[in-house]
Amino acid sequence: MKKTVQVAALATTLAVSGTALLAQDSCDWKPERAVTYVVPWGAGGGTDANSRMMATLLEQAWGVPFNVVNRTGGNGVTGHSAISRAEPDGYTVGAVTVEINTMHWVGLTDMTWEDITPIALIDIVPASVLVGKDSPFTSVTELLDHARANPGDLTASGTSLGGIWHLALAGMLNAEGMAPDAIRWIPSQGAAPALQELVAGGVDVASPALSEGKTLVESGEVRALAYMHDAPMSALPDVPLTAEALDSGWTLAAYISVSGPDEMPENIVCSYEKAIAEVVASDEWAEFKASRGAEVVDMGAADLAAYMEQQDAALGEVIQAVGLAK
Amino acid sequence: MDVLAIFTAVMEPHLLLTVLLCTLYGAFVGSMPGLTATMAVALLVPFTYFMGPAQAVAAIVATTTTAIFAGDISGALLKMPGTPASAAYVEDSYILSMNGKPRTTLFTSLIAGVLGGIIGVIILAFATPQLARLSASFSSDEAFWLATLGLSCAVFVGGASVARNFASLFIGLAIATVGIDVAVGHPRYTFGLEDLYDGVSFIPAMIGLFALSELLRNAGSGEETRLGRISIEPLFTGLRDAWREIWHRKLAVLRSGVGGTVIGALPGAGADVAAWIAYALSRRFSKTPEKFGKGHIEGIVDGGAANNAAVAGAWTPALVFGIPGDSVTAIAIGVLLMKGLTPGPDIFTTDATLVYTIFGAFLVANVLMLLTGGLAVAVATHILRIPRAVLMPLVLMLSMIGAYAIMGSTMAIWIVLVLGLLGFAMAWAQIPLAPAILGIVLGKVVESNFMVSMMKAQGNLMGFFERDAAAVLGVVTLIVWGLLLVRAALEIIGRHNTLSAKDAKK
Repeated sequence: MKKTVQVAALATTLAVSGTALLAQDSCDWKPERAVTYVVPWGAGGGTDANSRMMATLLEQAWGVPFNVVNRTGGNGVTGHSAISRAEPDGYTVGAVTVEINTMHWVGLTDMTWEDITPIALIDIVPASVLVGKDSPFTSVTELLDHARANPGDLTASGTSLGGIWHLALAGMLNAEGMAPDAIRWIPSQGAAPALQELVAGGVDVASPALSEGKTLVESGEVRALAYMHDAPMSALPDVPLTAEALDSGWTLAAYISVSGPDEMPENIVCSYEKAIAEVVASDEWAEFKASRGAEVVDMGAADLAAYMEQQDAALGEVIQAVGLAK
Repeated sequence: MDVLAIFTAVMEPHLLLTVLLCTLYGAFVGSMPGLTATMAVALLVPFTYFMGPAQAVAAIVATTTTAIFAGDISGALLKMPGTPASAAYVEDSYILSMNGKPRTTLFTSLIAGVLGGIIGVIILAFATPQLARLSASFSSDEAFWLATLGLSCAVFVGGASVARNFASLFIGLAIATVGIDVAVGHPRYTFGLEDLYDGVSFIPAMIGLFALSELLRNAGSGEETRLGRISIEPLFTGLRDAWREIWHRKLAVLRSGVGGTVIGALPGAGADVAAWIAYALSRRFSKTPEKFGKGHIEGIVDGGAANNAAVAGAWTPALVFGIPGDSVTAIAIGVLLMKGLTPGPDIFTTDATLVYTIFGAFLVANVLMLLTGGLAVAVATHILRIPRAVLMPLVLMLSMIGAYAIMGSTMAIWIVLVLGLLGFAMAWAQIPLAPAILGIVLGKVVESNFMVSMMKAQGNLMGFFERDAAAVLGVVTLIVWGLLLVRAALEIIGRHNTLSAKDAKK
């Protein structure tokens, strides 16, 4: 079966590169029927919310339905392959997330960011360092000093083993010259159960997206020691940045993009790029972002490709340091 | 808080209309085999963009409560529970329907569900912060014990022996091991198929185990049921008998409603565990436990009340801590945030009117559900008149489409077919099917909490008893297990004695 897929992919590649040559640089492609918008993660999460909002606004802009489909499973493999392998005719796009840069390193799939077509970056999600309200630690340096002196004493959670928030914490420890497991990682099924554990006192630290812990931070149940970013965010302006607090200047952020299948023709890519740039500049989008405590990000296809390439190398290094590379 | 303002907000025509339409929508989706409450809510999200906050949340609430109840409809009429929560009492409700009482059965679960939902809302309105405190104290240790306690309840269901119930439960647990291992991310029993990475989801599993096996059994039997000659009692008789049954068990409804709300608020449990524990308790306290699983209404009352109460309970951690209790509340939090409402302990002071309007809408949804749910029951029971030989293949086709829609891959169809044969074989060996469903649903919960606790305690088993709440739950669970083993032993010795007594007579 694999062979037929490859042959079919080759055939479409040839056909598509032909049309790409003819139609280059005319960014006026428009969908004439419903578009499928694949989301590799479950309904209710951050990727889902951003993608559904984007789909709704693209639907308004182009006047055809954008159907959001949650293709979950396989730690993101299922949905990402669905995007990568779809017909690159503009009628399938999807939310490719930072996992495209981690999955292949840990051996879940052979697919890399080169097997999809980046279109635009729509969200940047920095990781955070959270502790319970009764925790003795008041700064990220205190926490790291304790971990340095007592490796293995503290536990942390936030996602599955090798998931992006695990890499955030282990990478920070590694960058600060410690063993990546100086704080032991307790896997969880996503951020919500990890935050539950943190509030219940089951783990000492959680390192999910700052936006996911925002409610608990604001209500005082949880204390944010830092977030792993280099620019302050308006949602929680008082929380310190790791870029400033740590000698290594460590930062890590997940991202959400709009991307197309492998070998999407240039004119379709730039048409999407243009439409998304207009959505991102709109008041509705700004309002939506503000309601979630996130910043509006605006990055086109060329910059996104470079960003993905750079992330891929950086995350690969962390995964090798943690010892999860296969 | 201004009671009048809340009342006017709840009675606002747009809100009432939204709730009414959403209960109809929930009844439709919930009663379709293979479509779930979560799916119904996810499809609602784009519409909520254009609604006010109270209206948006009311829409979600109304859809979920009715969809959870409507899962009983396909359970009673087709022996295909719409949700794992309905699976607890599906044997009872199906046998009752086949004996000409489909409306009594379904009206009973409808009224029990409505009352359970109302009890849940009342508790929410008065004790949400306290309940949330309780749920916040639950770590993986407590969640592990609660889930194992839920599993033990499987042994109480059905009319079968303890040994057969255990067999069914372990078949379910074995199926739950398929997929990526929750702790270290290693694929198990997937044979390199990416579609199996996520494991066997319970929708295709239920369709296979219950519907397909029932279809096979039907095809092989010459029973009257094949020809659609089942009698259906008049609407009024059904309603009257159902009310009499509920009134008779009003204290049990209260107990299950309160219990269901509390269990629903706890992490890792939800409506499924609530219904099973309520059913098991119902049987434990019943004067006629031997009738359970053979068409007895008591368990339907208790289980039905508990699962709808749990739907309300699941909102507490979501509202107070922004931690979703299940996938439905996860979507609801997203909608709340989009409406500029941040869940948190302060939500009861800063947005009091809105929060109580939401609770009011919850209440209205439960009352209106009586109407739309009743309509659904009155209409749906007619499908029993369709000859089985025509109906079942249609149902199978629809549920295959449903299973395919959930997984988005043909693997779903293979799962239905394989588990259908398994279910047929199990029925032939007189092994009950319901405990297997509980095993499939709770297997991953038990395993992930066990692994997380073991990793936290670095392999020390006593870690499960170190926290106070965990120690209490752990001891209770161990006592239940002890009693079950004793009962199983007595059953075997008893059978052995009767056999040897027969031999002696010869």
